[in-house]
Amino acid sequence: MIRAASAAVPALFLGGCQMVVMNPAGDIALQQRNLVIFATVLMLLIVIPVIALVGLFAWRYRESNKEARYEPDWDHSTQLELVIWAAPLLIVICLGAVTWTGTHLLDPYRPIGRIDRDRPVPANAKPLEVQVVALDWKWLFIYPEYGFATVNELAAPVDRPIRFRLTSSSVMNAFYVPTLAGMIYTMPSMETKLHAVINKPGDYAGFSSNYSGAGFSGMRFRFYGMDDAGFAAWVARNRAAGGTLSRANYMKLEKPTEKVPVMRFASVAPGLFDAVVNQCVRPGTTCMSDMMGHDAAGMKHMPGKGMPAQAKPEEALTGGDAGEAPPKNPTDVQQRSNASPSNPSTL
Amino acid sequence: MQTPTTHPAISPFLGRFTLESLPLHEPIVVATFVAVAIGGAALLAALTYFKLWGYLWKEWFTTVDHKRIGIMYMILGIIMLLRGFSDAIMMRLQQAWAFGGSEGYLNAHHYDQVFTAHGVIMIFFVAMPIVTGLMNYVVPLQIGARDVSFPFLNNFSFWMTAGGAVTVMMSLFVGEFAQTGWLAMPPLSGIGFSPGVGVDYYIWSLQIAGVGTLLSGVNLIATIVKLRAPGMTMMKMPIFCWTALCTNILIVAAFPVLTAVLALLSLDRYVDTAFFTNTLGGNPMMYVNLIWIWGHPEVYILILPMFGVFSEVTSTFSGKRLFGYTSMVYATLVITVLAYLVWLHHFFTMGSGASVNSFFGITTMIISIPTGAKIFNWLFTMYRGRVRFELPMMWTIAFMITFTLGGMTGVLLAVPPADFVLHNSLFLVAHFHNVIIGGVLFGAFAAINYWWPKAFGFKLDVWWGKLSFWLWVSGFYFAFMPLYVLGLMGVTRRLRTFDDPSYQIWFIIAGFGAFLIALGIAAMLIQFFVSIRNRKALRDVTGDPWHGRTLEWATSSPPPDYNFAFTPVVHDGDAWADMKTRGYKRPLNGYKDIHMPSNTGAGVILGALSVAFGVGMIWYVWWLAALSFVGIIGVAIVHTFNYKRDYYIPAAEVTRQEEAHTASLAGVTA
Amino acid sequence: MTTQADLDRERFHLDEEPHHPEGSSTMLGFWIYLMSDCLIFAMLFATYGVLGTSYAGGPGPKELFDLPLVAVNTSMLLLSSITYGFAMLAMTDGKRGATQGWLAITGLFGLAFLGIELYEFSHLIHEGAGPQTSAFLSSFFTLVGTHGLHVTFGIVWLVTLMVQVQVKGLIPANRRRLMCLSLFWHFLDVIWIGVFTFVYLMGMLR
Repeated sequence: MIRAASAAVPALFLGGCQMVVMNPAGDIALQQRNLVIFATVLMLLIVIPVIALVGLFAWRYRESNKEARYEPDWDHSTQLELVIWAAPLLIVICLGAVTWTGTHLLDPYRPIGRIDRDRPVPANAKPLEVQVVALDWKWLFIYPEYGFATVNELAAPVDRPIRFRLTSSSVMNAFYVPTLAGMIYTMPSMETKLHAVINKPGDYAGFSSNYSGAGFSGMRFRFYGMDDAGFAAWVARNRAAGGTLSRANYMKLEKPTEKVPVMRFASVAPGLFDAVVNQCVRPGTTCMSDMMGHDAAGMKHMPGKGMPAQAKPEEALTGGDAGEAPPKNPTDVQQRSNASPSNPSTL
Repeated sequence: MQTPTTHPAISPFLGRFTLESLPLHEPIVVATFVAVAIGGAALLAALTYFKLWGYLWKEWFTTVDHKRIGIMYMILGIIMLLRGFSDAIMMRLQQAWAFGGSEGYLNAHHYDQVFTAHGVIMIFFVAMPIVTGLMNYVVPLQIGARDVSFPFLNNFSFWMTAGGAVTVMMSLFVGEFAQTGWLAMPPLSGIGFSPGVGVDYYIWSLQIAGVGTLLSGVNLIATIVKLRAPGMTMMKMPIFCWTALCTNILIVAAFPVLTAVLALLSLDRYVDTAFFTNTLGGNPMMYVNLIWIWGHPEVYILILPMFGVFSEVTSTFSGKRLFGYTSMVYATLVITVLAYLVWLHHFFTMGSGASVNSFFGITTMIISIPTGAKIFNWLFTMYRGRVRFELPMMWTIAFMITFTLGGMTGVLLAVPPADFVLHNSLFLVAHFHNVIIGGVLFGAFAAINYWWPKAFGFKLDVWWGKLSFWLWVSGFYFAFMPLYVLGLMGVTRRLRTFDDPSYQIWFIIAGFGAFLIALGIAAMLIQFFVSIRNRKALRDVTGDPWHGRTLEWATSSPPPDYNFAFTPVVHDGDAWADMKTRGYKRPLNGYKDIHMPSNTGAGVILGALSVAFGVGMIWYVWWLAALSFVGIIGVAIVHTFNYKRDYYIPAAEVTRQEEAHTASLAGVTA
Repeated sequence: MTTQADLDRERFHLDEEPHHPEGSSTMLGFWIYLMSDCLIFAMLFATYGVLGTSYAGGPGPKELFDLPLVAVNTSMLLLSSITYGFAMLAMTDGKRGATQGWLAITGLFGLAFLGIELYEFSHLIHEGAGPQTSAFLSSFFTLVGTHGLHVTFGIVWLVTLMVQVQVKGLIPANRRRLMCLSLFWHFLDVIWIGVFTFVYLMGMLR
């Protein structure tokens, strides 16, 4: 306890400049940080001399300094030109090689190979799968392994590989927990993936890092790194929450709302994530995967296909217990802005 | 037509315009409107009182003189800079304010318009007019031509650009602007999620201005290829002309992409097609790709001419030939080609796969090689020179340092794994302001200070110029270094409110920087004002106040309508320096009639009709759109029936002007 | 024109005005413009390439395209290119009447092309395969429609030029304009061959 407190004091002191990107708690983010530092140092090898030379030449060859040599017609030197093309080229070759390997190694689609610098992923490790849906303007996290879902709260046990599958309900967003791993876009009708691991327990910030409309600023969530016992307790808490995320409830949830408090759903309709990706949560709509299969098979016109209606802004629900008051200006509703959240208790 | 159900009915006469479209509930907008209305009324009254309308119409609005068109572009760019900068100040204030549960002073509807308008205006209506204006003014003079290849087209291009600017400004007071970010990415910019007029304002202002940009690109390429003075081979062309040529090639090869992609977005919005929709097989990622295939060359469209400016300035103020002219030319060409091979670095985080990401990351790094070579070339131009720290050179040195830093953070962002943690963050925002302010704006200011005496015949005031310089440069570092820090703290762009209090101090520092820049802009405007007032004392009668090296300094300041009484013959890359060292004597007689293009009002009329067409489309006022479209076609056809588009300046008039110049030159030497 | 003597090392200016014939840059300028237009088509082709198989459960090319009709349409446009060529030959010979005649025939072929295209479009829309049906049809209508729009403007331009030739004769300015329209017209032909191959033929093969 005292140790934790003594560790917290300098952390608070440094809070004025807590660069999470430079000091992350997840191995993937750490490797990305290392690349940032490596690339910067490599480029400083040429940037610092250039800036110094600008100062030096400007000063030395100032007009008032008649001592300096003046050669008004000196405009070419093959050796010098070779150097000025070769120096950046060498840096780029070096950086390019690192980029090629680094990009492949840290590809978000690639399952991670190590827990941290010293520990490879055990052969029998089963990654924690989390399905992420960016909604207007909140995050839905589905844990298929445990069968529950949360809104705006994400947790993972320390040192267990996590496998995110991500999509979005309406517009593009980007899923970003700086301490965990780099961001990845979440896009409607599409699925992206991200693999990561958290190495230190803690309470971290996560948010959308791609502008998505009026409620974008409030699209934040907490990400908890937990030890196994803590995570088990968190799972139990969510399972005990009651409430189900049925398809009907999902359709209520996906309506635009802002600054939504944490919600917990003990159970989730089966196949919900895939239905979201394929734009067919609404009963009676044809899933895009089926449609694409149909297109590829070159079959005749699909009879009586029901197209999902494009997500449309709807009238604001009143009586929400969180977020903004209903908008005064009718155009705000059309702009998907300031709609109050649907009341979680009705779900 | 997919009309949102909540939308009021569309009136056949006013479209979707109602009194509610006027933002009367936004006090900031109303106050701005009152200020603009009073200022505008005062300006109009003054123009009427001093009977300047006829002068403006005859000498400026209808002019086909590339010099006057160039100056009009620059004025447009500077006016729009004030608007774009107001947006910047508003953002800085909001972000420094909205902490600890505070919503700041801008609601989302307003704030989202502000950052969208800031980006759109700064790129399309500040940087582009300044770049185009510079090329327009300088290129024909540097190649020893009388005008551009298509003088009427030049006037028309200007009025289309101005028409786009008018459209964008209109959105401030009538309706709203897009709330989508400056590239209006679907699905957010689709009709389902942005049903208002904002995105339509965005589309039509860019389409109208885009016509102007494209045609001026065509015009300047033809000019540079066809109208060079005798003896000026491509490799004897001033480096600014080379960068201008490459820029215009980029314009012609990039702007059609923007036109096409915006047209597809309009089809999605107007007739409910399925290009970028989430359903029916549409693909929003295609928009992201297409717009960046335009967007990245656009970056080089802005910076290349400024590289040319810095080359001219460094060489002139070092009293020395440009070091490595040939490698400079090849560097420019390499950048031109590579500009098309890097677009994907704007969205590494979309999940394109490691090999694709690495390819585009590495091409992006490769483009830094020729850019680095250019920096070295400027360095070695100063080496063994006699560097005069006049204002243009000061801006150039500030550029070299600032741009090198910005270039470094740019290459950093080109490493895909690094980009994963910095993409869309304030680090990125700091990076592109670092290169655009440090490169394009510093270049523009260097160019304004450098060529102002050529354009107006007197130098700019140095004291106010230096004050503006120091305020701008220090303001830039105060405003954007904190954003690098914030980016490393994991702060993303376009946020309106914050919950982590540790960010606030950095936003306050950034706000202070923006305040310094505001003072820098004010000092610059005062510099212009003071210089115009003291123009007698600042008069330059030589036409060559900086000991210039290229042909524009061979003629009087301001140059006569015909630029050169006799077409110059070029023997060397630094043609004017060569003429001076070899004892060139200005011819004093033997003037001939000079063939020149005549002014025409068709450009203004077509520009105005295009704005009317845009307004009709934006507000669904179909009769207006149809009528003005027919009008555009009609005026264009009528214009082609005018076969008399030129006249001769009589030799007597040339003699009169040249003798006046001779007399003032004699006054200097006497 | 400038001779080598003018470029004498000691001379720094020309005594006489250099001879830039009026409109000497026009063909170059128009070429550059056409290349930019070509890029717009390149974008539309690329869009069709990406979206051309996204039928969204709707009809595909095999159900929709009427190849014989398109073949007739193609021949209209190709013939109009040939007749435009005859107009240019007549212009070189200075025969105003023949030029006007060939131009008129070109215009009629152009109108026939447009008429068939409009019939095809209305037929598709009537069958419920309008541009709103799927991304494939959106990109199809946009690509083919943009070409059609170009042909429409070409015809407006052609009529304008015929009036101008009638009023002013085959003066250099009008000859230059006819050359520009010629470039434009043949350019549209080339684009159409791309459309025919890439959209119709390959669509039927798919």
